[in-house]
Amino acid sequence: MNFKKLLTRPEFGAFVAAVGIFVFFAAVAGEGFLSISGTINYLEVAAQVGILAVSVSLLMIAGEFDLSVGSMIGASGMIIALAVTQFDWPLWLAIIVAFLFSLVVGYVNGWLVIKTRLPSFIITLASMFLLRGLTIGFTLLITNVTRASGLGTYTEGDFLAPLFLGRPLGLPISIWWWIGLSLILGWMLFRTPFGNWVFAAGGDALAARNVGVPVARVKISLFMLTAASATLLAIIQVLDTGSADVLRGEQKELEAIASAVIGGCLLSGGYGSVYGAAIGALILGMVQEGIVFTRISTDWFRAVLGGMLLAAVLLNNYLRHRALRSR
Amino acid sequence: MNTAPALSLRNIYKSFGGIVAVEDLSLDVKRGEIVALVGDNGAGKSTVVKIITGMYQPSSGEIRLAGEPVHFIDASQSQSKGVQVVYQDLALAESQPVYMNLFLGREKTKGWFGKLDRTGMIAETEELMRELNVRIPSPKSTIRKLSGGQRQAVAIARATHWATNLVLMDEPTAALGVTETSKAEDIISGLKARDLAILIVSHSLDQVFRLSDQICVLRRGKQIGVRQTKQTDKNEIVSMITGLHASSR
Repeated sequence: MNFKKLLTRPEFGAFVAAVGIFVFFAAVAGEGFLSISGTINYLEVAAQVGILAVSVSLLMIAGEFDLSVGSMIGASGMIIALAVTQFDWPLWLAIIVAFLFSLVVGYVNGWLVIKTRLPSFIITLASMFLLRGLTIGFTLLITNVTRASGLGTYTEGDFLAPLFLGRPLGLPISIWWWIGLSLILGWMLFRTPFGNWVFAAGGDALAARNVGVPVARVKISLFMLTAASATLLAIIQVLDTGSADVLRGEQKELEAIASAVIGGCLLSGGYGSVYGAAIGALILGMVQEGIVFTRISTDWFRAVLGGMLLAAVLLNNYLRHRALRSR
Repeated sequence: MNTAPALSLRNIYKSFGGIVAVEDLSLDVKRGEIVALVGDNGAGKSTVVKIITGMYQPSSGEIRLAGEPVHFIDASQSQSKGVQVVYQDLALAESQPVYMNLFLGREKTKGWFGKLDRTGMIAETEELMRELNVRIPSPKSTIRKLSGGQRQAVAIARATHWATNLVLMDEPTAALGVTETSKAEDIISGLKARDLAILIVSHSLDQVFRLSDQICVLRRGKQIGVRQTKQTDKNEIVSMITGLHASSR
């Protein structure tokens, strides 16, 4: 692969930025950031955003948004916590039901977007509020509090729990899911017909439909994927902390979109990369944890994130134009 | 060998509510033949194309493809019967390379996991482009980097590649310049040799006379007549389109 081709890769800007940010924190924050526990720390933060970001990036390449993934995290977490602690369901059943619920929500999101032809921004903004509101409402109705805890004891002997819990080979399970999902979805995007349809659906849906690409099916299945990945993250969090909170996952949808954009996705669809989104999540993780090691107050995280997002978009834009012009 | 015409329309009638869009159209298009559909704006040409592809259903009448009666309820069904359409507005995915556009929706795969067979698709694209004498920088060029003429050539090549019966062309050169139009016309006349039936909708009578074997004239949904291109002239066609006699103009 020659250099020009490398420059035109959607994830190139994110890769450069990731290296730069790593070097910056390595120099400024030093040992704490570079230590094994420091590395695992920021990787875990990155993984939690990354699990969402890789599927959100696919949906964005297909030309749609999902703002409801953050609320989906809260909803799935509470479904599992309430089912287990209030209704004495076995954990595995609660997990399966939570996944099914997310698939239904994703399907409804996608179906509404296709049928109404309204922007997915609006539809999923509505489902973001709806899901969060219903989660808060039902949880208070059932338990009178907004938190459910004490789930730790239920994981023992459960056959599904090991998939979402613990530290295989010393790394938190979320990191394995992040890497695994990135590889699988990246392979799907760049190596299979489905991935080709994702690009086509976001690039020119009408053209794609005219040649027989099942655009509606592609988009709906991606809405189901983003919702399911939110549930995956919720399960990992609930089992890790042993508790669920109605507000969990707030603003995660925006962090996921930020990662995807830093990773080279265009808001207009038709262009982007799963690997880029994974790198974008890595950047978010490094910055969020790196700040801690520099002893700057983490209060500044959002300001840094905002600045970085702007810088990333400008850099990506610049690289893309330059690379295309230089042909 | 099936001797039935590739496309046969019998007494096609289509109304939207109270408005009659197409009234009693009967037309045959044989393999290796180019038939032009002409008429003023609102004459019903595009409606006819949409009826054949299955986007609209005729209110009455019969459509036969290679002798077999068909009732399409959407465009994918006509595609599976070997009908392809070339649109005026270049229905291509802009950020995808030529070969991906050629195979979009029908990608070649290999192996158990359905991995895309890029080498195979690129090779097939190269061969097709050579056969049709289409000049593009490379099968790997993205559509965005091609000129309008090159893009339409890719769209025509794609339609040709997948059509087994009939290629419909709805104003295929309307968005092109003069040189590009003449190149596209060369490609279109070259398709006759591939034994496909071609129905072309065009505003340009010059083009219609250069390309077609037969001309079917519509006026306000009515079929005014069908003429052998060699046995008619522009004056006759114009008077059929407008409803005015050539002498009185």
